[in-house]
Amino acid sequence: MSGVARRDLLRGGGLVVLFALAGTGVGQEGGTSGGGEGTGAPPEVAPELPGSLAEFPHLDAWIRIAPDGAATVFTGKAELGQGIGMALLQIAADELDLPLERVSLVTADTARTPDEGITSGSQSLQNSGTAIANAAANVRYLLAERAAQLFRVAAQTLTTTNGIVRARDGRQASYGELAASLSLHVEARPDVRRKRVDARDHIGRDRPRRDIPPKLTGAAAYVQDMRMPGMLHARVIRGPAEGTRLTAPDFDAIARLPGIAQVVRVGDFAAMLGPREWPLVQAMLAVGRVPWARDDTPLPQGDLREAIRNLPTEPEVILARDAVTLPAVRRITARYDRPYLMHGAIGPSCAVALWKDGAMTVWTHSQGVYPLRSALAELLDLPLERIRCIHREGAGCYGHNGADDVAADAALAARAVPGRPVKLTWTREQEHGWEPLGPAMVTELSAALDANGHIAEWTHAVWSNTHSTRPSQAGDLLAGLEVGRGFAPSPPRAIPQPNGGGDRNAIPLYTLPRATITNMFVPQMPVRVSALRGLGAHMNVFAIESMIDELAMAAGGDPVAFRLRHLSDPRAIAVIRTLADRFGWARQKSERWRGQGFAFARYKNSGAYCAVAIDLRVEPETGKTTVLRADAAVDAGETVSPDGLRNQIEGGIVQSISWTAHEEVRFDTARRTAFDWSSYPILRFDAAPQRMAVHVIDRPGQPFLGAGEASQGPAAAAFANALARATRQRLRSMPLNAERIRIALDGFGTR
Amino acid sequence: MIELTINGTRHRIDGDPAEPLLYVLRDDLGLYAAKFGCGLGQCGSCTVLVDGKPAQSCITPIAALEDRVVMTIEGLGSARTPGPVQQAFIDEQAAQCGYCIPGMIARAEALLRADPRPSEAAMRDAMRPSLCRCGTHMRILRAVRRAAVAMGGGIVDPAEPVS
Repeated sequence: MSGVARRDLLRGGGLVVLFALAGTGVGQEGGTSGGGEGTGAPPEVAPELPGSLAEFPHLDAWIRIAPDGAATVFTGKAELGQGIGMALLQIAADELDLPLERVSLVTADTARTPDEGITSGSQSLQNSGTAIANAAANVRYLLAERAAQLFRVAAQTLTTTNGIVRARDGRQASYGELAASLSLHVEARPDVRRKRVDARDHIGRDRPRRDIPPKLTGAAAYVQDMRMPGMLHARVIRGPAEGTRLTAPDFDAIARLPGIAQVVRVGDFAAMLGPREWPLVQAMLAVGRVPWARDDTPLPQGDLREAIRNLPTEPEVILARDAVTLPAVRRITARYDRPYLMHGAIGPSCAVALWKDGAMTVWTHSQGVYPLRSALAELLDLPLERIRCIHREGAGCYGHNGADDVAADAALAARAVPGRPVKLTWTREQEHGWEPLGPAMVTELSAALDANGHIAEWTHAVWSNTHSTRPSQAGDLLAGLEVGRGFAPSPPRAIPQPNGGGDRNAIPLYTLPRATITNMFVPQMPVRVSALRGLGAHMNVFAIESMIDELAMAAGGDPVAFRLRHLSDPRAIAVIRTLADRFGWARQKSERWRGQGFAFARYKNSGAYCAVAIDLRVEPETGKTTVLRADAAVDAGETVSPDGLRNQIEGGIVQSISWTAHEEVRFDTARRTAFDWSSYPILRFDAAPQRMAVHVIDRPGQPFLGAGEASQGPAAAAFANALARATRQRLRSMPLNAERIRIALDGFGTR
Repeated sequence: MIELTINGTRHRIDGDPAEPLLYVLRDDLGLYAAKFGCGLGQCGSCTVLVDGKPAQSCITPIAALEDRVVMTIEGLGSARTPGPVQQAFIDEQAAQCGYCIPGMIARAEALLRADPRPSEAAMRDAMRPSLCRCGTHMRILRAVRRAAVAMGGGIVDPAEPVS
């Protein structure tokens, strides 16, 4: 074979290669589905296999080949708008050697897909992507092996292209005919090698997302758009906000309102059903006039951050290093904190449920269909096999919002009308009022420099409630607490390191010879909270990266150089250098009321590396900030979809600027007072950065590193650092909004 | 009985004249592009075009729409043959969850009809009533700029080049 022909074969054709050595599959740990949130995935049964194959080693759990040769891929992860669907298809098409259009995807469905726990923790590519890649490589190998038997040649001499296995002598067989004589109900082998990096067609290239054109032209794309014969619409009836209940609602009067077919009551749970939505919307106005009272313990007075800081803790030291260092010559002690934040889905939570022939089917935008099924089983007193939860997209959730609660509401309502599907939608006010919030957090840091300008000592303590109350049992669902059957919420728990909850990313990647880092876990929850994108990483990276800048300033050095001096991980260094170079960091000059800020973190210290630089201007009279530019560099290991990765990082930066600079859930003594977009404003187009660029550092052949939450922390800190340079005032309490900036400037007489 | 003209088709709606257009679109006409977001006119998810101008269909009673021309984004194109604004959003992959995007497209369409060569400030001002929680703002703006160019207008002061 000539050199050219051989190269063509390797590149275009995907030579079938089996290595007899173990460990030549892509090395990526299995397990830990969901970043430590929730009740975890099933036990590993094949720990030698990568990604979620460790829990589900059989190939047909992941991939099936139809007689026409088309492939169906199954993932236990859900499309949340992060673009995971297309990325998984690209991986499968590449490793199977099938045209992209001949591969379809089935996402999280308790009747069809593997139980991959919760779609969270930026782990879909790490767990599911790795499993699918290796399962697909196995399937391609089995198909070739079957062809080798038919052709009586060695499998290693065969090539695959576009769903056809070819022998050197020109004989060929299609995947469809080969698969028909083959069982894929076999365990994956760890020694089947994935395609060579340079033979891939789709991984690492931009492929337009399949879901976008229908979403942009009016197809029924979301659970909110589902319509089924005989379907009833529904609204749930409860108090105006978490911790309240209606006092003596007149359900008979509500049932008599026009367009209301039925009021379903189970204990204190109540929902109203009707054939059309508008009468239900009007009836909700009547419900809004029913008196209510707080039925939980009173809310603490004042800023709830103080309450969290002062409640009893279960401290855990998560890092203790006490190497001998040079004496400390300069010390900075500071507290950084954030308020409660809202997920704020643009589409309120919604679910469709159907109770038919003694079985319940729920279409849900929950991030965890399997754990939800367990909770519903207890709530409905049904065996697991009588409940099916099917993921359907909703509006983006960014963590645990009302998705699971509304699924329970819909299921309870549907049980009263056998055979009729029920679509239950929360109102905007219910979404704002009842979603579990992102926890308020307090961090206290103290750090010292030695005479050489190195960090000699570092302490960091973080006070926070749990960062996951995702449901695993009936008492974790709002309806579970209303049905009067004695269900109680699962006891709050800290998510252990290395993922961490409140202490996620509390351990910096910097070289710190003397350090004590403590997770001050606060079990008692004044307010219902749960996972919000990034969990504790948003607060901890904000605190760490603010402190790093404070130290760099104290050391009289450049903050980027200061960071590089304290890093040894070459990929961290590469990300920082790339961004500094592309942003033109060295050429930036801070003017009065204009400043640039830099920040870096590796998400969970195990996911993607991300650095963000922000250039902003402050209007001193008003405190208003304008982000002139926000750039990022990211290393997410092997990049499947560069544009998809940029989309996630861009979105994370904008969302994080909104959280960091604009958002705060406020409370009165009885309840949260954020009930719509006027009482909980978020960033609008006028406050979006003027320019943004995301630089992707691709690492072909390296494991996938989750990136969906990677920019939340760095963006927050880069904003704070830019603001500090622009104003010469360090703001450490979020939100860094116009009001706080103006107060800070007034306080120092700079006007 | 109220007569509505939606995407060029006349519909006779026998219902409550106070009923907002959004529920008629979704419940009666099977037009799902306009989304329920707040029901308060605060988020723009339900935006449609009324006589070429953006309107929040969740708070617009159908009684106010007789003799008006209503266009939803179903009327701008289909997945197979998208309209120019839709195509620009597809080309820029300007969506994450996508829930707000139909409203964004309606708003961009209205802007470019009124101002084919919008300034950056005019663009942001026009899009401001619509909320996006995924943070897709930069891509949405890129898509609007791309659409402006594709539709023969252009852009005045490109903050970012059209990619």
